[in-house]
Amino acid sequence: MADETKAPSERPERPAGDGPREFRPSGDRPRFGGGGGRSGPGGPPREGGRKFFRRKKVCKFCTEKIADINYKDYRLLGQFVAESGKIVPRRLTGVCSPHQHRLASAIKQARNIALLPFAGRAS
Amino acid sequence: MNRTYELMFIVRPDMADEDLEKLISNLESTVTAAAGSIKSVDRMGKRRLAYVVRKFREGIYILLTIEGAGSVVHELERRLRVTEPVIKFLTVRIDEEQKRLEKIKKLRDAKKKVSAQPAVVAEEAPAAPAAEAVPST
Repeated sequence: MADETKAPSERPERPAGDGPREFRPSGDRPRFGGGGGRSGPGGPPREGGRKFFRRKKVCKFCTEKIADINYKDYRLLGQFVAESGKIVPRRLTGVCSPHQHRLASAIKQARNIALLPFAGRAS
Repeated sequence: MNRTYELMFIVRPDMADEDLEKLISNLESTVTAAAGSIKSVDRMGKRRLAYVVRKFREGIYILLTIEGAGSVVHELERRLRVTEPVIKFLTVRIDEEQKRLEKIKKLRDAKKKVSAQPAVVAEEAPAAPAAEAVPST
């Protein structure tokens, strides 16, 4: 919940690495529609009191039971790399701490063998 | 002390097939000479590189799985470093990761069996839906 309150201050950073946008639909959307009451804590009422719902982010690796985070699977890793080539932070993707750890090392290995770029889009 | 390693390397895209085969068999003999064994050779083919390496934009990826002590890797990496057509390589130790994955798999299988026995649906479906299905039927 802490990240919910912190989020607004991070906002301006968004345009820099716009990778996270693709995460939004990828998760389990239906949960939002189904359990309407559950997503209550949605962000602070800024933007002129407009109710802001934020879906609770869940770890992709936990929900889909992906045990193996491998550097060879660059398609999977690519989902967690922003346009700029940066690793997308956990607060934006919702990946849990142990998985983020594995993910980060896998991405770094993939960069090393030229499967993922260090900076910028894959040339 | 036997460990399993994965060695991925990239050779320049303009390398001829027979040269590549020669290189691979050379490496194989290096491994066996250092008391290791090659478990698999996977030619992943030509692929675009994510960034320019030695002025190449693409390369041929090859993946070796090797079993042996660390000295095998040491020797192999030395060889690769002095081999002209090899533009990049990466060695990763995988036995511990494999062990971890097996453990997880075993755990999941055990869970699956428990939930699958009452109902006969023993499929790839995750354990949770199977467990749900039991009371409803």
